[in-house]
Amino acid sequence: MGRYVIRRLLQMIPVFIGSTFLIFFMVYALGDPVAALFGDRAPDPATAAQIRNDLHLNDPLWKQYLIYMKNIFTGDFGTAFNGESVTSLMGSAFPVTIRLTIVAILFEIVIGISLGVLTGMRRGKPDDTGVLLLTLIVISVPTFVTGYVLQYLFGVQWGWVSPSVSPEAPFNELILPGLVLALVSLAYVTRLTRTSIAENTRADYLRTAVAKGLPRHRIIIRHLLRNSLIPVVTFIGTDVGFLMGGAIVTERIFNIHGVGYQLYQGILRNNAPTVVGFVTILVLVFLIANLLVDLLYAVLDPRIRYA
Amino acid sequence: MPERNPLDPEQGPIAPGGGYGAGMDLAASDADTLEYPESHGQEPGGPAGKPRSLWSDAWRDLRRNPVFIISVLIILFLVFISLWPGTIATQDPLQANLQKAQAGPEAGHPFGFDQQGRDVYTRVVYGARASVTVGVCATLGVVLLGSVLGGLAGFFGGWWDAILSRISDVFFGIPVVLGGLVFLSVVTNSTVWPVVGFMVLLGWPQIARIARGSVITARQNDYVQAARALGAGNSRMLLRHIAPNAVAPVIVVGTIALGTYIALEATLSYLGVGLKPPTVSWGIDISDASNQIRNAPHMLLWPAGALSLTVLAFIMLGDAVRDALDPKLR
Repeated sequence: MGRYVIRRLLQMIPVFIGSTFLIFFMVYALGDPVAALFGDRAPDPATAAQIRNDLHLNDPLWKQYLIYMKNIFTGDFGTAFNGESVTSLMGSAFPVTIRLTIVAILFEIVIGISLGVLTGMRRGKPDDTGVLLLTLIVISVPTFVTGYVLQYLFGVQWGWVSPSVSPEAPFNELILPGLVLALVSLAYVTRLTRTSIAENTRADYLRTAVAKGLPRHRIIIRHLLRNSLIPVVTFIGTDVGFLMGGAIVTERIFNIHGVGYQLYQGILRNNAPTVVGFVTILVLVFLIANLLVDLLYAVLDPRIRYA
Repeated sequence: MPERNPLDPEQGPIAPGGGYGAGMDLAASDADTLEYPESHGQEPGGPAGKPRSLWSDAWRDLRRNPVFIISVLIILFLVFISLWPGTIATQDPLQANLQKAQAGPEAGHPFGFDQQGRDVYTRVVYGARASVTVGVCATLGVVLLGSVLGGLAGFFGGWWDAILSRISDVFFGIPVVLGGLVFLSVVTNSTVWPVVGFMVLLGWPQIARIARGSVITARQNDYVQAARALGAGNSRMLLRHIAPNAVAPVIVVGTIALGTYIALEATLSYLGVGLKPPTVSWGIDISDASNQIRNAPHMLLWPAGALSLTVLAFIMLGDAVRDALDPKLR
């Protein structure tokens, strides 16, 4: 196991460098960050040259990348367009997005798995077909459409929740945005659980458990669920990274000042430190989440052993 | 968001290894079961007919599947209106009449008018073209590039395989919507091609993993070894023996991916970096209408409905094709 983890960590290095460099290169191609800093006015040439020099913009791209990476590892992520340090932006944005992601994951676990278990055990019945159809529809309707429609219905029409989220973004305001963010994954979790349960209800060990005369709830919880949920757990694990990166749309609809919001602002204003900094962290989260999921997989399923 | 992983999780667990083992195990198990109908296709005791191949077996299944028929009908209709939108919408999608801005439906304008007083029905019909073009072109590009690169990696192995796996990891590490925002905000071109190019760039590793896995499985089959022993060259083995037996998982994932690319295009257009006016796109129209949802919900609901129906049709098609090609669920 230890050797496997080390190998995986080593494999992460080129991936990390590759993805961050790719993003760095693209942001660099966005245009002149100095001009963007001045907005509509033309900068004074001497000032512009000075800023350019301070930001190492006259160096070749690979050198800029190296300087940037060196700064990152000393904890300096640079300055955002409004003069705030990117680190402090992260300090305010990440907790919000993490809360949003937690709400979304809870929805996936509670609703997704329950629906999946119910339908998986009633495969082919009308309610199974109904839920299956519903998941297809949920997967097909893009997040920004469900977001606006639910915001309109719950927030404006019926007034059950506030249609937009305050800057502090406490948990109770994030329930609707979390549901919107979770919906598509929730449908996938339902389908995955259903397939897994349906396959395992025909497994030999389950027949044995029934033949032994075990009580029904014990069969379902200890035998059926435990084995069926392995792929679901791994799916939800990898989903953490996707949800955090994919919250841009949800955060925009509900005006949540999280990671997606800051990234969007950074891109609008050609601010390379913001964009590259946030993406770097997101890529790290994604890679580590993937590694943890793989390790978790071995813990949950003893048949899998990493050498 | 569908842009996450078009790879339907029902195909199997997100396999361990994140990198390579992953796609391989997954596709391998698929390919194993895929061979099932070939050996058992003939009904025992039935009239001794020609043994049915996987494809004719799948086709028999599909023809009887109402989900398949409905989705194919919807898709044919979409293709028809994207080729000849003028046949069912006689007005000009760009013609604006500000007096009618946000007005509801009236005679000759069944879906009402949008913010600029353009006919929503006409724009919904014309919007199909952009979506279908992006979906089809991106899928073709992704499948071609992905299956060639992944297939060669699976066939030859070695350093080419190792390098390709690391490169595809790099592209996997970038969240799609985020990458789209960064990559496409540079572009000022208003055609569909930058969007298609971006999707191919970020989408190919997914197909490459699946193609690689199923080529590795197919390569180990006895008939491939026999072909090798008989002196078949690499290209003949790949094209005649391996490709036909490795292509099924790629088709399944490709079909489902088509739907998700359409949704992704709309999402990017909604964020302002996908297609740009004057191209008529559902994503742009939904984005424009989203500010006015309280006053004029019809401006949002019609294009959103059309978009969702389109994505639904392709995902249903992919589902049906998977069920037909994967006999495990029978």
